[in-house]
Amino acid sequence: MNVPDDLLYTEEHEWIQIEEDSATIGITDYAQRELGDVVYVELPEQGSSLEVGQAFGSVESVKAVSEIYAPLSGTVSEINERLEDAPETVNEDPYGEGWMIRLEVEESAEVGELMSAADYRSYLQEEID
Amino acid sequence: MKIQKTPLHSIHCKQGGRMVEFAGWEMPVQYQSALEEHLAVRTKVGVFDVSHMGQIEITGRDALSMAQLVTCNDISNLSNGQAQYSAFLSDQGTFMDDVVVYRFDPEHILICVNAATREKDFKWLSDHRRGQVEIRDSSQEFAQLAIQGPASEKVLQKLTEVDLSNLRFYRFEKGKVGDATTIISRTGYTGEDGFELYLAPDKAEKCWEDLFRAGKEAGITPAGLAARNTLRLEMRYPLYGNDIDESRTPFEAGLGWIVKLEKEFVGREALLRQKESGPKVKLMGFELIDRGIVRDGFRALIDGTEVGTVTSGGYSPSLKKSIGLVYLPLEKAIIDQPFEIDVRGRYCRAVVVETPFYERSN
Repeated sequence: MNVPDDLLYTEEHEWIQIEEDSATIGITDYAQRELGDVVYVELPEQGSSLEVGQAFGSVESVKAVSEIYAPLSGTVSEINERLEDAPETVNEDPYGEGWMIRLEVEESAEVGELMSAADYRSYLQEEID
Repeated sequence: MKIQKTPLHSIHCKQGGRMVEFAGWEMPVQYQSALEEHLAVRTKVGVFDVSHMGQIEITGRDALSMAQLVTCNDISNLSNGQAQYSAFLSDQGTFMDDVVVYRFDPEHILICVNAATREKDFKWLSDHRRGQVEIRDSSQEFAQLAIQGPASEKVLQKLTEVDLSNLRFYRFEKGKVGDATTIISRTGYTGEDGFELYLAPDKAEKCWEDLFRAGKEAGITPAGLAARNTLRLEMRYPLYGNDIDESRTPFEAGLGWIVKLEKEFVGREALLRQKESGPKVKLMGFELIDRGIVRDGFRALIDGTEVGTVTSGGYSPSLKKSIGLVYLPLEKAIIDQPFEIDVRGRYCRAVVVETPFYERSN
């Protein structure tokens, strides 16, 4: 199971890469495997405002739909348009080309609530068992 | 209810099958990728474990006439060794189950029924017993595999002495597949050329392994329930419990072609009446125009008024769009009728289209 060390994570299996005031967000390798072939991704509009914990989109596979939750509050500065025509990118490269949105983050205290890679790995261990 | 396992359960696990519960059975929903399995069946060959399906046999002097009474299609003109898609209908002319009837001879009829309705079907048949017949639920005596795809004949031929090039669609023959005595039937639920194999449960594992060895060159792949569902949906084959059930008649479901009103059968009177008045709803295929994926149970609306509920919906791997089936009021059940689907709060445009959605090119 791929869990890059330089990212932060949530219990809903999102990953976050923080660079100053910008957070890039996607779903983890575990999440894409659980889903199976991703055939559709629904993302919010650029400029929309998100609250931490708010469902901001969905990832759909042949058999299932999964909502994606905002790990942080902020404003959507960019969305990955590639996922519109190539949703399978989420399966192929969940941490790279499969990124979903970029947020301009306001509340840096929320970052402290996110899990480190080590914590996420332990969390996965429990989930899997 | 206790979960049952097919004879191939451990093979599925070994091949990476993701197991789920379906109709009381633990079945593989997919192995590596439901999309790839679907496309493999359309372009090469795939194998399904369908051992959860039920088999009920009617034998004895009056087997043929009893089978005629309980099914709406006509098997009297079938040859021995011919099969037919049909249905058990209630007194109201509604679906108890959709089935495939195998005529071995006038004193031996085997009916393949759905897993979820097997017990109900058996009881219903027993209640409609007529003449000198024995009705037996033989499901425990059969494992069932389906090999489907353009390369299926080539692959299966390596394992059997039965001349498959002479086995026509909806015909069956008893022969050996490997060393297993098997009923080989040229039938399937995918829309591709293929065969369904009925054999003893203790021969199933070896048969599966033989198929995979024989099909290696052709790129054979195991295929699960997810692929089975997308394949049949593209062909507009109904799924009992979704598209047809005890509230729907064959005329409403677009299956009038399996109804032979010239013969006597349970449900005939009700269907004669409906034929006169005409059905009030019809099952239609549609495509989603806006981005999104339709799922079972989503509401269909025209001008803000709910007109139906999606009975089967999903993503079509061959067409790369979202498709589905819905019962629409008769006056709206026409090709090119636009309407909307409530996709989890978002109203997406949809349009009624011709079916089957997919046309075989090979």
